[in-house]
Amino acid sequence: MSEKHHIIPVWFFVGVLFLVYGVLIFATGLLEWSDPPNTVLAELRAPVWWGALLIILGAVYCTAFRPGRREN
Amino acid sequence: MTVILGMLAAERLVRLSAVDLAIVAFYFALVLGIGFYLKRFATTGEDFFMAGREMTAWVAGLAFVSANLGSLELLGWAGSAYQYGIMAAHWYWIGAIPAMVFLGLVMMPFYYISKTHSVPGYLQLRYGSAASGLSAITFAVMTVLMSGVNMYAMAVVMEVVLGWNMNFSIVVSSVTVAIYVAAGGLFSAIFNEVLQFFLIWFGALLIPILGLIETGGWKGMVERIQHNFPGQDFTHMWSNMGHVQDNPMGMHWVGIVFGLAMVQSMGYWTTDFLVVQRVLSAKDIRSAKMAPIIGSFFKMAVPLIVTLPGLLGLAVLPMHLHPASGLQPGEFAYDKVLPLMLARYCGPGLLGLGITALVAGFMAGMAGNVSAFATVWTYDLYRPFIRKEAPDKHYVSMGRWCTLVGVFISIGAAYLVKQFASIMDYVQALFGFFIAPLFATVLLGMLWKRVTKEGGFWGLLAGTTSSITLFLLMHGKLPMFGKSAEQWVGLFTFNPNAQGLAQDMFQSLWSCTTCLVVTVLVTMLTKPRLDSELRGLVYSLTEVAKEEHATLFHKPLFWGIASLVVLAILQIIFW
Repeated sequence: MSEKHHIIPVWFFVGVLFLVYGVLIFATGLLEWSDPPNTVLAELRAPVWWGALLIILGAVYCTAFRPGRREN
Repeated sequence: MTVILGMLAAERLVRLSAVDLAIVAFYFALVLGIGFYLKRFATTGEDFFMAGREMTAWVAGLAFVSANLGSLELLGWAGSAYQYGIMAAHWYWIGAIPAMVFLGLVMMPFYYISKTHSVPGYLQLRYGSAASGLSAITFAVMTVLMSGVNMYAMAVVMEVVLGWNMNFSIVVSSVTVAIYVAAGGLFSAIFNEVLQFFLIWFGALLIPILGLIETGGWKGMVERIQHNFPGQDFTHMWSNMGHVQDNPMGMHWVGIVFGLAMVQSMGYWTTDFLVVQRVLSAKDIRSAKMAPIIGSFFKMAVPLIVTLPGLLGLAVLPMHLHPASGLQPGEFAYDKVLPLMLARYCGPGLLGLGITALVAGFMAGMAGNVSAFATVWTYDLYRPFIRKEAPDKHYVSMGRWCTLVGVFISIGAAYLVKQFASIMDYVQALFGFFIAPLFATVLLGMLWKRVTKEGGFWGLLAGTTSSITLFLLMHGKLPMFGKSAEQWVGLFTFNPNAQGLAQDMFQSLWSCTTCLVVTVLVTMLTKPRLDSELRGLVYSLTEVAKEEHATLFHKPLFWGIASLVVLAILQIIFW
C-alpha cells in the first residue's frame, strides 16, 4: 500500500484481528458445545463455524500481507 | 480493564462474558498499537493531514465508505428500517450510489488536479477567502458536533446495552481516539476505518443470516411482518410512494428523487470533506476516481447488515419498538433494534464481536470527524487567516494539538446533544444546514466558469441561512406570520403530515435551490474572473487525462456504469 513509507499494509492488521478473534470465538464455541447459550438458534453452533471462518481469513491475510514480504 | 468494566456494569440489555470483554480489550490495544506504530510515518503536513497521498484505490475506497458506516448510522438506519420498512434502504441505494459514481467520474478530477487538501481548500482556489472561510467555519462546527454525536450515541448504547456508566464510555473512547489520531493523523484514521469496516461486517452479518434461517427466508419474513403489522407495507421501495398516505414515511417519490438523490446525497458524498478527504489520500488520479466507485459496490451491500436486521426485527421480535420520545419503562426505542437482534442470536464471543464492531464504529466516527476538523482548522482557517508563513513542522504540531482540542470540544458537544430526542433527525438537520447549499456552490464552481467570487460567497451564505430558517420554522422554534409548525411543514413539503426525514429532504432541496438562485443572480451582477486564474478548477478550462490505452476493466467509467446497472436491478427487485 505504501510506496514512500514502507508501512505494514493495513490488511495485515485486519488479518491479526480476524485471527485473534477467530481463535477466541471458535474456542468459546467448542467449550459451550454441550451447554449452548440461551440464544435463538443456538443449536446451529454459530460460534464454531463463524470462528473457523475468521481463523481461515485471518491466516490468509496474515500470510499474504506479512511484514517484509517482497512485492513484485 | 476487564475488571474495571465488569465493576461498572449495572442494569443492562445483555451481559458480556470474560471472552467478550477480552475481544473488546484487544480492539483497544490494537488501535492504540497501530496509532503508535504510525506516528513515525506522520512527520510532514502531507503525511499527517493527507496520509502521504499514497493510498491505493481499495484502501481509499474502503475508508471512504467506512467513514459513513459508523455505529450512529448502523443503529439509526436499522431503527429507521424497523420504523419505515425497506424504504430506509433508499438512503443506501439511490440516496448514495449515483452521488458516489458522480464524485468519482465528474468531480474527483477537479479535486485531485487542483491538489487541494480539502473542500474548503477548493473553494479558496475557486472563490477566494470569503466562501472558503464560511465553508471552513461551518464545516469545523459540524465535525466537532458530529464527533460529539458519535460520542454521546456510543455512551447511550453502552449504558442501555451493557450497563456501562456514560461518563466512563465517553472518557475511555475519547482518550483512545485522541491518542491514536494525534499520533498518526489521517494514517491512523484510515487504518482504523478499514479495520472497522471488516469488524462491522463480520460482527453484524450473522444477524441477517440467522434471522433468515429463523423466518424461513425472505418470503417467510414478509409473511411474519404482515401478520405482526397487518395493513402496513414495509417491504416495497417504490410502489407505495405515489401518495404520501400509502407509506409509513409519509414520503412522495418526488422527495426521494429530487430531495434525496439529486441534492442531499450529492451534497453529502461529493462535498462533505470527511468522506472526500479519504479519496484525496489516493496515490494517483485513477485511484482517486476508482475509490468512490469501489466504495459504491460495498455501499450497495450495506442494507444487508442494516436494513435487513430492522425488517427481521419487525418479523421476529416479541415486542413492538417505539419512538424515542415518550418511552415507558420496559419499552425500547426503534434504534435499539440492532442490539436487540444481536442479543437474540449471539452468545459469548459473537456478542463481544458485535459489541466491538459497534464500539469501533463509534470510535472511527469520532476519529474521522476529529481528523477532518484538524485538517480544516489548520489548513483552511489557521494558515490563511492567522499564520500564513510557518514551517511545515509547525502546522503538523498545530494539527496534533488541534486533534486534542477537537476531542475536548466534542466531549462538550456530546452533552449538548442530550436535548434532541432523535439522533438521526439531528444528523440529518446538520447535513441540511451545511451540505446541500455547499453542493450547489461547488458544482457551479466546477461546471460554470462565469460564477464569480461574490456569487459563490453570497449564494453559500443565503443557502445556509435559508436551511437553518426552514429547520427552525418547521420545528416550531421560530414563530413567524402566525403560522404553526405544521402549517410551515405543509407549505415547504406539500404535506402537513411529513415525517422528520421527509422534512429534511425538502429542507435540503429548498436550501440548495436558494443557493443556486442567489449565486446566479449575484454572478450576473459582478465581474467574472480571468480564464487564466481558473485553469485546473473549472470543467471547460481543465485537461483531464484520458485513459484511452487502459483496458475496459481498468476504466473507472466502466465500473461506474456497472455500479449504476446493479443499482437499477436492485430497485426493480424490491420495487
